[in-house]
Amino acid sequence: MNPQPNSSANTPAADTGSGGSPVLAWLFVGLPLAWGVSQTFIKALALFK
Amino acid sequence: MAENSSSFLDRSHTVAGPGYNRWLVPPAALAIHLAIGQAYAFSVFKKPMGALISGNVDKPDALDWTPGQLAVVFSIAIVLLGLSAAVFGKWLERVGPRKAMLASALCFGGGFLIASLGVHLHSIWLVYFGYGFVGGIGLGIGYISPVSTLIKWFPDRPGVATGMAIMGFGGGAMIGSPLAVALMAHFKTSAPMGVAPTFITMGLIYLVFMMFGVFTIRVPADGWKPAGYVPNAQHSTLITTSNVDADNAIKTPQFWMLWVVLLCNVTAGIGVLETASPLIQETFSDASMGAGRGVTAAAAAGFVGLLSLFNLLGRFFWSSASDKLGRKPTYMIYFGLGILLYALAPTLMAKGSLTLFVVVACVILTMYGGGFATIPAYLRDLFGTMQVGAIHGRLLTAWSTAGILGPLLVNYLHDQQKAKGLTGAAAYQTVFYTMAGLLVVGFIANLLVTAVNERYAFKGTVTTASAGH
Repeated sequence: MNPQPNSSANTPAADTGSGGSPVLAWLFVGLPLAWGVSQTFIKALALFK
Repeated sequence: MAENSSSFLDRSHTVAGPGYNRWLVPPAALAIHLAIGQAYAFSVFKKPMGALISGNVDKPDALDWTPGQLAVVFSIAIVLLGLSAAVFGKWLERVGPRKAMLASALCFGGGFLIASLGVHLHSIWLVYFGYGFVGGIGLGIGYISPVSTLIKWFPDRPGVATGMAIMGFGGGAMIGSPLAVALMAHFKTSAPMGVAPTFITMGLIYLVFMMFGVFTIRVPADGWKPAGYVPNAQHSTLITTSNVDADNAIKTPQFWMLWVVLLCNVTAGIGVLETASPLIQETFSDASMGAGRGVTAAAAAGFVGLLSLFNLLGRFFWSSASDKLGRKPTYMIYFGLGILLYALAPTLMAKGSLTLFVVVACVILTMYGGGFATIPAYLRDLFGTMQVGAIHGRLLTAWSTAGILGPLLVNYLHDQQKAKGLTGAAAYQTVFYTMAGLLVVGFIANLLVTAVNERYAFKGTVTTASAGH
């Protein structure tokens, strides 16, 4: 969902870029998190052995 | 500062342009929270740091740092988290999230670097100053830096938005722990226990990782709303359309009721986390379960890992659910269900019902995490969005208090029972019943939360400029 155009007083200084791809941004933070979760999950399996 | 001389870091330069996608904000927030969440994995350094002189974790030298000395590092960090969140909250609202995130990255990354020097020189005071004091300031500023921005980007689902970010704090330990273990193994031959180079490497990794958040974060323009979003005025009397500034918020009974709510929820959760590993090994030992059927040290570590996972899941699940259920009913569930489960746990322990006990502990941990993640949205409902980050910062002093009170209380109660000669499940009964009692206090405090009196409302026009007035 994109922001609606506005008439804010801040607009002259506002950033004009799109900020990048959300998919890449989520991958950047999601991959380390998935690695951490997988490591924890593997450790947790010891409880059920 | 004049507009034309403002820097890339200033709030005015972070106002989103027309092409900006608001779904970039949660990853920016996660970059900060996943990094600073490493603090909860500090215990992974305790044994290696306690054997820097001897080089043997099982036979520390008399000059080696003691577990007690090392426990202080984390305590300082948690106290500074709360204090810096309280002190810098209004500054954050004024300068915007980008400058605050940069300050957090420099403090958190820099804290590691100073601590590495402390480890190299074997100066515990330098470690206290680096990781505890400087790093702790980074924790506090970082924790609150994206909260207000997320709530403003997601007025239609603030619980989902803050749940995503605060879930990152839970996930940070899951990344930080195995990362530290791998780095210490890698550097073991080049420095005592590999700790100092591990600190340097982690400091630099986290600094770079957090910079992603610094560059990606944007604030919405004044008056921005998601397309098609219409505030539901009939949703609840607890959801205000006014704004209360941070200085007035702390004068309201509602703020202090929520302070008690957070204190009780966190202290009770720490009661489980602090004792998890010894508790499950002592309660479900070979002696009580039968030879070869007791919980081993490795299985206990797995139990702690499982609790971390449910702590993380609870942050997202409960905070998101609170958008539908309402904040007050969600905390009623945390405390109501929590009282039942804490009271049930000693019975399950006494009967040797391992599986059911694990299930109960996991559910408890979801609500511990949920309590953290739901509180920003609760504050937004009661005090509006104008200075919600600063108000949240002040509320986090409850976390610092719980961070000190929780372990002290739990260890005192457990030691007292052991001194009476109680062992196994019996030695932990009082801990669980006391935690259930704390949840009763939290339940009552939440019950007493009502709408904030209009006399506290901010009277001026709310703009980004008034956010930090």
